[in-house]
Amino acid sequence: MHQLLAEAMAAPAPGLTRLSQAKPGDRGVIADVRADHTAGHGVDVHELERRLLESGFVEGATFEVLHQGLFGADPIAVRVDDMRVALRRRDAEDVWVQLESK
Amino acid sequence: MSEAAMRPARVALVGNPNTGKTALFNALTGSRQKVANYAGVTVERKEGSLVTPGGRTLSILDLPGTYSLRARSPDEAVTRDAVLGRLAGEAEPDVVVAVADATNLRLVLRLILELKAVGRPMVLALNMYDIAQRQGLRIDLAGLERELGCPIVTTVATRKRGILELTAKVDDLIASGALSTANVWREPSAGEIRDAHREAQRILKAHVRPPEHPDTMTGRIDAVLLHPVAGLAILFALLFLMFQAVFTWAAPLMDGIDASFAWLGTVVGQGLPDGLIKDFIADGVIAGVGSVLVFLPQILILFFFIILLEDFGYMARAAFLMDKIMGGAGLHGRAFIPLLSSFACAIPGIMAARVIDQKRDRLTTILVAPLMTCSARIPVYTLIISAFIPNATVGPGLSLQGLVMFGLYSAGIVSALLVSFVIRKVFWRGAVEPFLMELPTYKLPSFENVFRNLLLRAQIFLSRAGRIILPLMVLVWILSTFPGPPPGATDPAIDYSLAGMIGHAIQPLFAPIGFNWQMVVALIPGFAAREVAVAALGTVYAVGDAEANVGALGARLAQHWSLATGLSFLAWYVFAPQCAATLGVVKRETNSWMWTGVMFAYMTTLAYLASFAVYHTAVALGAG
Repeated sequence: MHQLLAEAMAAPAPGLTRLSQAKPGDRGVIADVRADHTAGHGVDVHELERRLLESGFVEGATFEVLHQGLFGADPIAVRVDDMRVALRRRDAEDVWVQLESK
Repeated sequence: MSEAAMRPARVALVGNPNTGKTALFNALTGSRQKVANYAGVTVERKEGSLVTPGGRTLSILDLPGTYSLRARSPDEAVTRDAVLGRLAGEAEPDVVVAVADATNLRLVLRLILELKAVGRPMVLALNMYDIAQRQGLRIDLAGLERELGCPIVTTVATRKRGILELTAKVDDLIASGALSTANVWREPSAGEIRDAHREAQRILKAHVRPPEHPDTMTGRIDAVLLHPVAGLAILFALLFLMFQAVFTWAAPLMDGIDASFAWLGTVVGQGLPDGLIKDFIADGVIAGVGSVLVFLPQILILFFFIILLEDFGYMARAAFLMDKIMGGAGLHGRAFIPLLSSFACAIPGIMAARVIDQKRDRLTTILVAPLMTCSARIPVYTLIISAFIPNATVGPGLSLQGLVMFGLYSAGIVSALLVSFVIRKVFWRGAVEPFLMELPTYKLPSFENVFRNLLLRAQIFLSRAGRIILPLMVLVWILSTFPGPPPGATDPAIDYSLAGMIGHAIQPLFAPIGFNWQMVVALIPGFAAREVAVAALGTVYAVGDAEANVGALGARLAQHWSLATGLSFLAWYVFAPQCAATLGVVKRETNSWMWTGVMFAYMTTLAYLASFAVYHTAVALGAG
């Protein structure tokens, strides 16, 4: 029950996708950074949210996926505003983005 | 000026990583630098001093780079505590100099807002200002000064521009009697980070016009260096080049050092009457120091590559490329840098593991770091390889000896990955640290900074050689000289000495892996520092045979050891925890004798098993 409730609350606005699903060349705007990810992280989700924010993944920032690794397309290198940041796809799951239509 | 106005002052440099903070520190202090550790932690403490144009002495503290005072690693905790004046044994800074990359202000503005909350008098140094101007980035300096409430100086640290202005501003600030305001800093929540970011964004928008010609070079270089296939190929080619360079470039220098010490030994030997003093100076001291100094060129070449790649901005790319591979073994991508440093020496490697925020990942990295082939193993490997592996060519530019060396390095890497995989499976499961890392803009490394860093590494190595290795050499000489042989003895003198007795006593333990007692004797001082084993072997055999020098040691070993024994010795050195200093650092970094014990036990076990397997395989194949 709580699980369902949590998922319903976590449902993103329509049209948003997770940054972890993005491919190189995808660009757009970061819409929502939220600590609702339930997979087993080494740090708690709120800590992950703060770290994402500190690395520049903030609502309103523009982004573009630049590169991805050879194995499992992981990690990814992302331009966030005017910086480049590398992160793993699992850590990018908490970043919801609005993709620019190509 | 009054006495009080000219009192010395303390200045702390704070900034994001990759903002040229260390270059600024070098430009400010030149050669007046001291490196030590902070009390109780192994974070490197870099301090320098200078005299301002106004005549005031400033002591400058170069603090570890950070994105936030919300410290997540021991390094960042030092920065936070130093700024807050909480660091034990450290006075709080009179002035904070915030160092910013002028082309990348967004994140540093948030740090500056945090620093303002701390309330210390502050000067902002907009570094790399030349690049900002070239990009056509317009910064409204006066407006920004008003907004931030602190003086701003533009600097180009690598060309020493703006340095005088910066020190003058710091001087003015102190002379004007600027006092700290109340410290209202506390650890920000996610919401407060968002607010600070929004505020930084507003300041940026109001006072900075985006560049007319943004940097496109980094993107173009990344297209190649971060290419999934080409990038990895380039990384491995670079690593291979590094190791070939360590051997081929260093050779003439090493021969030179070798020859000068042999010459020195002869000259000193001729000038002294025969007897104990002459033996002590020629065989004990000069040969001992020479056999250690000879490895300085290799260590410097390795560090040269590491420093160059770091300054260029490549190290973060290497971590990106290696993350998945290292992640498969349960390591963090960032572990790549500590592990790479461990190729030079496990001690800076283990200390560099501090960049890994999370305790478990850091511990895994620390536990496997000594398996990386440190430069102190090079003397041992070089000696044994030159004695037992033929100097044959197996392909264009590939020597058999080089190939064996590459194999030893690979054995270290593969075993480190396997061990960390096992650690993750045995000690902890699941929990994986987030991997978030800035990929800095590529920059041409400055010759002076690379040079200064190299000099620092050389100093650290030499002081270690002087303080640890030399006394040990003297001890080994004493152990292997006294007591002297009885009159009319026919066996080599060392057979009768203390070292001989110890070697003979514990040799049975090592007999199953093919070690003779001379090797066991060499292992004892070799435990203090790996490379000492070479000098100790030299002493043991030189004393036993009266006239050998370090250069001839290889030939002597080839006479006394079988190939199987030589290979077994190599296998031992791949794994054995032959370094008391490393264990000491592990104790300090983990603050646990238990983990230090775990490391010692697993490495000794691996070493014994590997040597046993290698020795008996080689004997079975007829190399006994």
